[in-house]
Amino acid sequence: MTAPLASNSADPAPYRPVALVDLLDRVLAAGVVVDGEVTLSIADVDLVHISLRALLCSAGALRQQTEGPPG
Amino acid sequence: MAPDSAVWLYAVTRGVPAERLAGLAGVGGGPVGLVEAAGLVAVVGTVPLAEFGEEPLARNLENLPWLETVARAHHHVVDTVARFGPVVPTRLATVYRDGARVGAVLMQRQAEFGTALDRVAGRVEWGVKAYAVPGASATAALVPDRVDERPGLAYLRRRRAQLAGRELAQQAALHSADQVHDVLGRHAEAARRHTPQDRRLIGDTGWMVLNGAYLAAAAATAEFATVVRELADRHPTIRLELTGPWPPYSFVAVQAGEAQR
Repeated sequence: MTAPLASNSADPAPYRPVALVDLLDRVLAAGVVVDGEVTLSIADVDLVHISLRALLCSAGALRQQTEGPPG
Repeated sequence: MAPDSAVWLYAVTRGVPAERLAGLAGVGGGPVGLVEAAGLVAVVGTVPLAEFGEEPLARNLENLPWLETVARAHHHVVDTVARFGPVVPTRLATVYRDGARVGAVLMQRQAEFGTALDRVAGRVEWGVKAYAVPGASATAALVPDRVDERPGLAYLRRRRAQLAGRELAQQAALHSADQVHDVLGRHAEAARRHTPQDRRLIGDTGWMVLNGAYLAAAAATAEFATVVRELADRHPTIRLELTGPWPPYSFVAVQAGEAQR
């Protein structure tokens, strides 16, 4: 979950659960792009598009998570 | 390597103590290993082709529970590895036939990975999101009813003021977001704005006006948090949310399309 503003950021835990939307911003839309030979044909655009569609289809489920108690 | 499996690439590093990876569960639940070449160390795992081959992968990426499990497993490995030194995370779903191909990629792109590792060494990524605060503009409330006015007219006047107030509030929120991004950028080595998250995904938390990422010195964590707190105080039209520290996902693109400052 998202850290409450600055309350514990001065003491970052080594691993803290994060909100899925924030994670997907990073692992899908960022990160260095290296062509994997197995996944060569899954282009940038496809990956983001595909996943966004998956997300929107499940928006309700995701929203519940996002609004859950901070972890 | 059995032909029914493939190699998942998590990240490229300059080195990770192999013993620290023992017991770490990667994507697909498998163990995490290393491929060394060209002075670089790739962090990899074995995944079944039945699930991670091109076709099943394309299908599985549309399955949110699957995507979440894989994204979290990927992140867990990247995050763990980032504790031992600079890391260049690869985008989700970079899969090779075998470890030898990964070694070949390290050799091919040695200089590029080296530059990226130098850029992120000793630094972490912070996420700062800003949401417009609903009703931040109190314009409507400031318009008093005139005593001699007919109720219908008073309503219309209030409604007009309300709408104008909402537009003003939105403009103020956008302006504040730009200012916050500028200031944070000055306290960071690099900054970029991700696409604001879709309202359908984030629910009623409000309209997102900033989805920023900032690369800052790992040693300056408290300072960065302080800057964010001060900005939050100074900009009442937006609500700020700090996430991180993240591995530097947003700052390893070789040719960053987005403006980096």
